[in-house]
Amino acid sequence: MKFVQNIIDKTRPLVEKDGKRNLLYPLHNALETMAFVPDHTTHSGAHVRDAIDLKRTMVTVIFAMVPALLFGMWNIGRLHFAAIGGEAALLDSFLFGALKMLPMITVTYAAGLGVEIFFSWKRNHPVNEGFLVSGLLIPMIMPVDIPLWMVAASTIFAVLIGKEVFGGTGMNLLNPALTARAFAFFAYPTWMSGDQVWINTKGGEVVDGYSGATALGDLATTTGLRLDDPSTEAIRSSVMTKFEVGGDYSLMNAFLGLIPGSIGETSAFLILLGGLFLVFKGVGSWKIMLSFFVGGLAMAGIFNLFAVNEFMGLNPLHQLMLGGFIFGMVFMATDPVSAAQTETGKYIYGFLAGFFGIMIRVFNPAYPEGIMLAILFMNVMAPLIDYYVVEANIKRRAKRVAHA
Amino acid sequence: MSQSFKIRKGYNIKLVGEASSNDFGQYNASTYAVSPLDFPGITPKLAVKAGSKVLAGDTLFYDKDRPEVKICAPVSGEVAEIKRGAKRKILAVLLLADSETSYAKHGAFDLTKGDREAAATHFSSTGVGAFITTRPYGVVASMNEQPRDIFVNGIQSGPLNGDLAAQLAGKSEAVQAAISALALMTTGKVYVSHDVDATDVPELQVDGATHISFSGKHPKGLVGTQIAKVAPINKGEVVWTLNAIDLPIIGRAFLTGEYAPEYKVAVTGSKAMNTGYATMLQGVNLNEFISANINADNTRLIAGDVLTGIQLAADGFLSFGKAQLTAIPEGNQTEFFGWVLPGFGKFSTNRAFWGWLFPNRKYDLDTNMHGEERAFVVSGEYEKFIPMDIFPQQLLRSILIKDIEKMEQLGIYEVVPEDFAIAEVACTSKLPLQQIVRDGLNDLRKEMI
Repeated sequence: MKFVQNIIDKTRPLVEKDGKRNLLYPLHNALETMAFVPDHTTHSGAHVRDAIDLKRTMVTVIFAMVPALLFGMWNIGRLHFAAIGGEAALLDSFLFGALKMLPMITVTYAAGLGVEIFFSWKRNHPVNEGFLVSGLLIPMIMPVDIPLWMVAASTIFAVLIGKEVFGGTGMNLLNPALTARAFAFFAYPTWMSGDQVWINTKGGEVVDGYSGATALGDLATTTGLRLDDPSTEAIRSSVMTKFEVGGDYSLMNAFLGLIPGSIGETSAFLILLGGLFLVFKGVGSWKIMLSFFVGGLAMAGIFNLFAVNEFMGLNPLHQLMLGGFIFGMVFMATDPVSAAQTETGKYIYGFLAGFFGIMIRVFNPAYPEGIMLAILFMNVMAPLIDYYVVEANIKRRAKRVAHA
Repeated sequence: MSQSFKIRKGYNIKLVGEASSNDFGQYNASTYAVSPLDFPGITPKLAVKAGSKVLAGDTLFYDKDRPEVKICAPVSGEVAEIKRGAKRKILAVLLLADSETSYAKHGAFDLTKGDREAAATHFSSTGVGAFITTRPYGVVASMNEQPRDIFVNGIQSGPLNGDLAAQLAGKSEAVQAAISALALMTTGKVYVSHDVDATDVPELQVDGATHISFSGKHPKGLVGTQIAKVAPINKGEVVWTLNAIDLPIIGRAFLTGEYAPEYKVAVTGSKAMNTGYATMLQGVNLNEFISANINADNTRLIAGDVLTGIQLAADGFLSFGKAQLTAIPEGNQTEFFGWVLPGFGKFSTNRAFWGWLFPNRKYDLDTNMHGEERAFVVSGEYEKFIPMDIFPQQLLRSILIKDIEKMEQLGIYEVVPEDFAIAEVACTSKLPLQQIVRDGLNDLRKEMI
């Protein structure tokens, strides 16, 4: 401890205002406040303060993400070895995934924090902790084989255009992690969708019957095939058997996460566990999560009732376990800055995000990741929702005067 | 049948160092001070100069814009010094007290015959009008205003607040006189609030008032909460508020014409070597009392409670209207990776730490900020601690961008800084909420006058 304090104290003159490395001051400050909660005391208003700060809030979210992250590492290893027909010991799979994942995490943090530190220096404010979470979310929603420079480019775009142009953490309209994914999705579509990117097959010949598609990718192939057309029966059932008990995309597999997809988003079970932790800790909004789930279920239920193709007809619960729905619900929609900020607004926001997520996914198979687009759309709509909720309060107050 | 309300939103901050029943007796000192800084919204104009002889109840200074707002001397004696700061701003009027206090003769007031105008003059000239705060703005009231209602706060539920029953004991007559005097000032109601969860205060069972009672969490003891539940303030309305603990002083000024701002001050906090109650006058120099009863080493000394109190120097003077002293440790030490560690023993209103598993634990809190200031990130946090029909974060934002119209629409008339105190403690982003609200009220007031 003393040793760390000494290093911090020694290097401080270098980065202070007239020091040679002033550009690094925000980094120095960030590391210092990370190592030691500062000795600042209250100087106005209340004399005591809560032990919580933004670092605590953010690290709580990171803890919640860890199970899904570790599972994701193992899962990409498992899928890799299964695809090339190799041995798939637990540790080997995990190490394979970790070696894929760690460079991605490193690159994301380096790129994102680099931009943040530059703006902190430029604007003369400390580095905000928001990126601690974004920086881990971004790699978790990328396909395994995406080149690192694309991750870096997407991250820089997200932090710069998604956040800093609005004034930094707390001011952004869009969820930065989703902005990164949306950027990658539209800028590098061949690396972000299709059936080549989800499973790493390098270093071996793929086994017979291998398909690199995701569950949603497979479902998307059935959208043109009407349920009442017997001539497509065979194609349809070849896809749909995978969704039955014992199939690759069975409800159980989807729930546990044993399916291909973005690295961290597959295991609904572990993500929900993280979500419960967030709600339990009071950090994540249960209102958003619950209404998001209900919204998704409502849309999937409506589709199921009026199904004309297999995608629409999928069991609603099964529908929600696929793709990024649960991940979006727990970690993306709940971002307090880009979500609705009024308590009533959170219900509306969550419900519509879940509702539109499933709608986009099913109606536009080109965008299997409808969830991402729906949440981004609702991010933009959130201020409008809040506006009307607050306006109701203003009207109520005005009415009181009229009656008085 | 009195109206009764349960306050569910809020938080009781439980600290060690409650006032024991120990009685310190009377505490006097040779010097006293009255600081204009204790009176928000006043531009002080001196009525005395260094060397002037004053009686207790003589005006020391008054508000430049509202000369009827007068602040009076708590003791008789000589003006020793006018303490000034930058730009000759008046920081305090120092008094050298006589050994025996003699009072300015304002005369007794006949409450059975008095009319509003005479009562207003009496409030103003005896100095007890200064105990009344006016909303909107949260400043000292002018007796020329016509308040819709008057709210007397009979609940002390803040951290380590004293026991009002003990502090008001035996002062029935003066309390009743004060209520009768207040009743003359408004055509509306005089409300007196009672704490269902605390010892009953028989002195507050007064006639001529509307009784309201509250149970539940703090801020039930903030008059803003009580107003919001009973009859929220609308644009254009004026409501006066005062604390029940000030009633005997007002009553005495009406019964005898004497201004004697004396309190049974609750001495509290983990750094107090002895806790209990001491009888002292407002403005008294606390130097001797502190060195005898408080461990002043690395200590934050507060007049009032930890939520809204005023920081005092170790040789400071008892601030106006404060009947509590709190001594807690300063938190000027760093903590290694404090934000990651589980923090089982830490105080937090948030479940991100584990303290919520032990709701009855009392904490020895220090003044550490536990983090640095950040932008608004977390939402829905302040709402948990402000039991009013307002949107706190949206209101704060409108203040920060100085949008007067929006502030009005969002209900700034209903609040004063203390209403945001618990939210300020809980704030993840460590924002100075009370200061923001004060600034907003000042901006609004400038616009309105």
